[in-house]
Amino acid sequence: MAETHSLQDLRQAAVTSKVFVQRDYTSGTICKFQTKFPAELESRMDKQQFEETIQTLNNLYAEAEKLGGRSYLEGCLACLTAYTIFLCMETHYEKVLKKIAKYIQEQNEKIYAPLGLLLTDPIERGLRVVEITIFEDRSIGSR
Amino acid sequence: MKNREYQQIDPQALATPPPDHTSRRLRRKWEVFPGKNRFCCEGRIIAARQSGVLPLTLALILLTSGLFFIFDCPYLVQNLTGCIPAIGGVLFVFVMVSLLQTSFTDPGILPRATPEEAADVEKQIDNPTGSSSSYRPPPRTKEVVINQQVVKLKYCFTCKIFRPPRTSHCSLCDNCVERFDHHCPWVGNCVGKRNYRFFYAFIVSLSFLTTFIFACATTHLALRSRGGNGLVIALQESPASALELVVCFFSVWSILGLSGFHTYLVAANLTTNEDIKGSWSGKSGGEDVGNPYSYNSIIKNCCSVLCGPMPPSLIDRRGFVPSDDSVQTSPVEIQLPAAKNDKNMCTQGTKGLLETASRSPLLTSSCPQAKPQAMPAVLETLPEIVPSPEPHPPKTTGGRQSTNTPHKHHSHHRSKAKQTTHHTHKTSNSSPRPYHSHSSRRKDSKNRDPKFSSLR
Repeated sequence: MAETHSLQDLRQAAVTSKVFVQRDYTSGTICKFQTKFPAELESRMDKQQFEETIQTLNNLYAEAEKLGGRSYLEGCLACLTAYTIFLCMETHYEKVLKKIAKYIQEQNEKIYAPLGLLLTDPIERGLRVVEITIFEDRSIGSR
Repeated sequence: MKNREYQQIDPQALATPPPDHTSRRLRRKWEVFPGKNRFCCEGRIIAARQSGVLPLTLALILLTSGLFFIFDCPYLVQNLTGCIPAIGGVLFVFVMVSLLQTSFTDPGILPRATPEEAADVEKQIDNPTGSSSSYRPPPRTKEVVINQQVVKLKYCFTCKIFRPPRTSHCSLCDNCVERFDHHCPWVGNCVGKRNYRFFYAFIVSLSFLTTFIFACATTHLALRSRGGNGLVIALQESPASALELVVCFFSVWSILGLSGFHTYLVAANLTTNEDIKGSWSGKSGGEDVGNPYSYNSIIKNCCSVLCGPMPPSLIDRRGFVPSDDSVQTSPVEIQLPAAKNDKNMCTQGTKGLLETASRSPLLTSSCPQAKPQAMPAVLETLPEIVPSPEPHPPKTTGGRQSTNTPHKHHSHHRSKAKQTTHHTHKTSNSSPRPYHSHSSRRKDSKNRDPKFSSLR
């Protein structure tokens, strides 16, 4: 069983490699990531947990991009105010992005950091990939 | 004298300068942005490097509206109704705000891949085919099925990513733009996912404004000449109205046509890029090819394009550049793909060099319309010249295909812009006239397609 690391410990650890979870375009241009479990993580974590994380992220992005009454109202209101409302109000998408950032930090603290992994928020990579940094496991006597 | 213990100084440590993260000013990401963009207000405002004809657009709108308010409004308020300047004012404000928003909003630029990402993508490309030393490099396309349609995702050599669907690389701005529509020189920016609604609002409100000013100027002259003086006297009394009439008459056709065209695009959930290339028209395949992104409902298409959620800017202009303390993962791996792709990168690099060489005298030019005439000729010959050592390398088709069409866009736009230097009217870049050129372009793309399809 690996020694648990905290997020602070990880910052001093050496990076072994990075795994990139690519976008899944089969549903069109909406933001969705592939739930395929990368081979490099097989020794590190549970497949179920990984899929759950990615699926939750996908659901959150779907909520951000959902076309519904609320987004139409926001769009129409913005149009009527000549889009100046974007200067003062935070859009629904931005609110969900904050939620996503919080979720990722939570996941990192609870699940990934103890395993020596770190999730990077996709927004920092232009919503192209979910970058998972694998840190070197320096603890003696583990595995 | 105090007795002190002196530590042995290690000359090795002295040779390498200590990391001075604190002394070096933290830079914001907009300062190191690789694309050809200009930033103002500490990165809050983004624009393309070449402002195109934006000053001319602004001048025409301001001049015509100014003349309208100064010369036509007083007479019409006296003789007709006071609503006229109010309506004109509202339209004018709408036009200006949407124009500025179109010009200064990030159109949906995709940030370039980090080195690790690029290396990972290279690994994925080379592994499946296994051919690392063959003359014919692996095709840089990935196929994905969207809504029962096969869509090819092309690899962008500049940004080192597989472009998402509907994304295209703009060579003027040197960025991949999501849902790329076209690069509009009138607005001085690309039109893409994030600013398409502003662009549409701009052209629709501008059509209303030009129609309104045209109607008001005509009414003004008609009322003046009604008093038994005749048209000539009326024109002499109010020459400004004559000028407005001329500008509006020529603008109205092109702007109304452009609005109509874009209304069609919005209703069909298409982009100008896709329409011109004929991606979903089904003419090339002969089979039932439809737009996989359309919701098959005009209202839903319009709502999703114009009133959908506003996506955030992905380039994070005002964020800070992280200090380089992250350890490079597997540096050997990064070098290998570079060596393998030397040939591929070479052609792209040479092309880039030629492009910058041809562009450098233009950066200081004050007249963007006249000079760029030489550019499209140079740029369009580039794809022919550069890959000549390798006969039609498929790996550049991805780059070529995508950059050719924007070149066609640009040369089309610029030739139109050149025409306006001779005329005072505004001509649009994709307007009633292009209904002819669209079909001719489709033929062009069709002619080119068989060449590439065999290589794919």
